[in-house]
Amino acid sequence: MLKVDRINCFYGHVQVLRDFSLDLAPGEVLCLLGRNGAGKTTALKAIMGLVRARSGGITLDGIDLVGMAAHEVPKQGIGYTPQGRRLFSDLTVDENLQVGLMTRAKGAETRERVLGLFPLLRERLHQRAGTLSGGEQQMLATARALCLEPKVMLLDEPTEGLMPIMISKILDIVATLKEAGVATILVEQRVESALHVADRVAFVENGRTAEVVSPDHLRADPSLLHHYVGVGVRK
Amino acid sequence: MSLGPHLLLAIMEGTVSAFVLAVTALGLSLVFGVMRIVNVAHGEFFMLGAVLAWWLTSLVPEAPFWGFMLALAVAPLLVGTIAIVADRFVLQRLNYQPEATIVATIGLLYILQQAVLSIYGPEARPVVAPINFRIVLPWFGYSGYKLVVVGAAILLLLAAWYGVTRTRFGLIMRATQFDGEIAQAFGIPVKRVYAAVFALGAMLAAAAGVLVVPLQQAHYLMGLDPLLLSFVVVIIGGLDSLKGTIVAAFIIGLSDGIISVFFSPTLAKIIATLAVALVLVFRPNGLFGGKVR
Repeated sequence: MLKVDRINCFYGHVQVLRDFSLDLAPGEVLCLLGRNGAGKTTALKAIMGLVRARSGGITLDGIDLVGMAAHEVPKQGIGYTPQGRRLFSDLTVDENLQVGLMTRAKGAETRERVLGLFPLLRERLHQRAGTLSGGEQQMLATARALCLEPKVMLLDEPTEGLMPIMISKILDIVATLKEAGVATILVEQRVESALHVADRVAFVENGRTAEVVSPDHLRADPSLLHHYVGVGVRK
Repeated sequence: MSLGPHLLLAIMEGTVSAFVLAVTALGLSLVFGVMRIVNVAHGEFFMLGAVLAWWLTSLVPEAPFWGFMLALAVAPLLVGTIAIVADRFVLQRLNYQPEATIVATIGLLYILQQAVLSIYGPEARPVVAPINFRIVLPWFGYSGYKLVVVGAAILLLLAAWYGVTRTRFGLIMRATQFDGEIAQAFGIPVKRVYAAVFALGAMLAAAAGVLVVPLQQAHYLMGLDPLLLSFVVVIIGGLDSLKGTIVAAFIIGLSDGIISVFFSPTLAKIIATLAVALVLVFRPNGLFGGKVR
């Protein structure tokens, strides 16, 4: 479905991704783990076309994304919730959703379906996004991305700074998407939470995909986490 | 004439200036707000509007009203087209970098100014007002066309407000203004939005130039004053606040009108510049501006 093949990305002269590769099947949840600055966020941005890959290939269902203008990438069916949510804070909840619906022909149906997943947002439609709580903002960021009716979701630290109840809600949404056949790349610092929903875990180190393992393998061999992330995991 | 009527005249003159300034400065404010570009050539779009109005009205000398209507419709479109060309071949190539585009728009200012000087000449040329009547007050008579200018400016400001707050393109503009990178991640073609906003800003300046040309004649250097005052307005109002731009246009327009009538236009400009300095010291984001992102 989604295939990232040996891409190289730079910020100015600094190389951030080095022959970075991954692949993703429909309905699969792939968790990217790694230390800060390893290249996880850049990898998601490269898939979205927000950071250009100077070499290598990115394809979704065989369609080349590297040569595509950044604003065309979401139209192929990729939803993105960036790190820090990056909502349009001055716009209302409804306007944020409308931005998400820009590319949809049947926007009203999609909007209703998304609001069905996040009923709390329906009560806040005319509230400015910047005035929502952290959890509500994350819901809105996810809802906005779901308005694209994506085949692939890219979630960059969606549980950052959230209360445990909100974290489980966000992970429930990931599980729901998985059941619906939506593939997800999840960048997450909360390893234990991520392992509940992940099908595979890819460790990113110095801009490379260093190792890809199953959650069970990781639970059996926590030294991998110590090595690549510097934390432990409960068995 | 005693003080009261004198003051009334100054306020009326200031109101006309304020509305023209609001339309001009709104263009500058939109361009800065959405694109983060300080467009030093903005006054030249105003000048081009006026010069093109002279040219277009001269095509139909026997029907000044229709000639002016033609100018009001066509001149902003032509100026908008020039702005799109400038965006495509200058600003886009500089990747809209704030510092580089300041230098580039200074260059654009001189290119437009010198092109007009070469083609149109150094003369100031009059344009006949499309509607000519006088309002007779007990103390003085007043040009009815100036009220037409105020009415047209109000319509333009309302249209701009409606466009920004109530339309799909307005939503796209506001999303792009807030976070261009994320806007792209939702299918918004940011470069096309920038081109449209740059053209829209130029068209607003050109429309103001067309409206004002029957009052002050078309001249290749006439863009400098509106540029200075637009910057004053945008800085005082707040760099990305449309409401602030309108309010500041009234403060500056009225004070400029009143001080110019009672003292001198030079003193009015000095005071406006002083006001900018005070705002920059005490409220660097302007009277209505949010935090600059």
